[in-house]
Amino acid sequence: MIRYSKIIVFILCLWPLVIISLNIYYNELGAEPVKKIMNHFGEWTLIFICLTLAMSPLKRFTNLAFWTKFRRMLGLFVFFYATIHLLTYIGLDYRFDWQPIFNDVLKKKFIFIGFSAWLLLIPLAATSSQKMINLLKQNWKKLHRIVYIIAIFGALHYIWLSKTIFFKPLIYSVIIVVLLILRIRIKTRKFNYE
Amino acid sequence: MKKIKFSEITPEKIYLKRRDFIKKLGLSTSSLMVGQNFLNGAKASTQNLELTEYRYISTYNNYYEFGTRKSDPVEKSQNFKTSPWSLTIDGEVKKKITLTVDEIKNSFPIEERIYRLRCVEGWSMIIPWMGFSLSKLLEKASPNSKAKFVEFTSVYDPEQMPGQRYPILQWPYKEGLRIDEAMHPLTTMVTGLYGKELPNQNGAPLRLIVPWKYGFKSAKAIVNIKFVERMPTSSWMRASPREYGFYSNVNPRVDHPRWSQASERVIGSGILSERIPTAIFNGYGEEVANLYSGMDLKKNF
Repeated sequence: MIRYSKIIVFILCLWPLVIISLNIYYNELGAEPVKKIMNHFGEWTLIFICLTLAMSPLKRFTNLAFWTKFRRMLGLFVFFYATIHLLTYIGLDYRFDWQPIFNDVLKKKFIFIGFSAWLLLIPLAATSSQKMINLLKQNWKKLHRIVYIIAIFGALHYIWLSKTIFFKPLIYSVIIVVLLILRIRIKTRKFNYE
Repeated sequence: MKKIKFSEITPEKIYLKRRDFIKKLGLSTSSLMVGQNFLNGAKASTQNLELTEYRYISTYNNYYEFGTRKSDPVEKSQNFKTSPWSLTIDGEVKKKITLTVDEIKNSFPIEERIYRLRCVEGWSMIIPWMGFSLSKLLEKASPNSKAKFVEFTSVYDPEQMPGQRYPILQWPYKEGLRIDEAMHPLTTMVTGLYGKELPNQNGAPLRLIVPWKYGFKSAKAIVNIKFVERMPTSSWMRASPREYGFYSNVNPRVDHPRWSQASERVIGSGILSERIPTAIFNGYGEEVANLYSGMDLKKNF
């Protein structure tokens, strides 16, 4: 059952790729196609961060362990879409013209924080296998708490690139903050049980 | 340095479109000479600049009165009432005047002006506006000796403009120019686009175009022009004084605090086309650089 649901979730997670491919094929990307592709993958990265963070609260609220089975896959999709987002910026937008890219990363805070978030994703993706979980034991959990920082960086990345107070970045920020607050409560409860 | 004069544009598309347009108007073939002259001008030019397609100019807009998405203006402005409409010119003037849009359109010869519009967000379009130099209109009001700046106020009508129901910016939208900038012949009062009426989403019925400044300096749906003694505070300056200065001249060497201004994406150029370097004063340096001689453009951003 779980195996089939995993396959279904995996296929659903490819949805952002399907939409953008159709958009490209039918030439529906509008006035700024490069920006549209970049924003598309950026936004889906945030959505997958939210989904990943939603699994353990869902497990608690529904009393179903099955939610956390998807967590690793969703987390890897965060890394996958964040990487495409970054590659769109570096390759499609700036044509691997490194000088302005380095300038942006070092001087522009929204790019700096976005790039930092991507760097922080690397160790998490690299240690996502069962082998690494067994190897790192207690440290694995500690290491993977970095995802909370990544989530905050992702929200800030979106807020800081917006020209004024926009609705969407605020919504993502609120969702992320709520998901993080839910965790604090989970921990204190566990603590009480112990 | 890249510089666009309207004689320098590759006008293949507009030429054909204009021919089509003239045909629709039922004019004689001699009128086609206008198009022909544009074509000759383009051949002399080494630049391969193409007019941005009408569908992009009329659907990809920053006009926060109708919402912050690029598609909001076209989607939410179609029932916006642009008639009756009048513009008042007051402040430090010898005589305050109020003109209707029709009076304005009939008072000045409307000409086509093709300018590059460079948005502060890092994209640009080449747009064939219809309009006339703002100076002609301002002269009508005869400013007095106290007049040093000009303040433009856009319409305030939250009933019709859903974006104005939220404090995205301080409404009504305000912009300003120094009087010599306002009197510069390139500063254009726009009444039309692509040989047609100005669409609502582009700032109908009356908008400004200051081609050497970032797009937000060019106020839309203007109802008041006020001559003032002190530098006006624009809506964007009020929203974030560190990011939006009064001058806001296009300048690749002066970054927006949060992003680079060194290059821009050309709207409608497709998924595989490269960014182009941004030109100082958006390519109009030859005409306007003298307005800022001796000024520190980094400080006066």
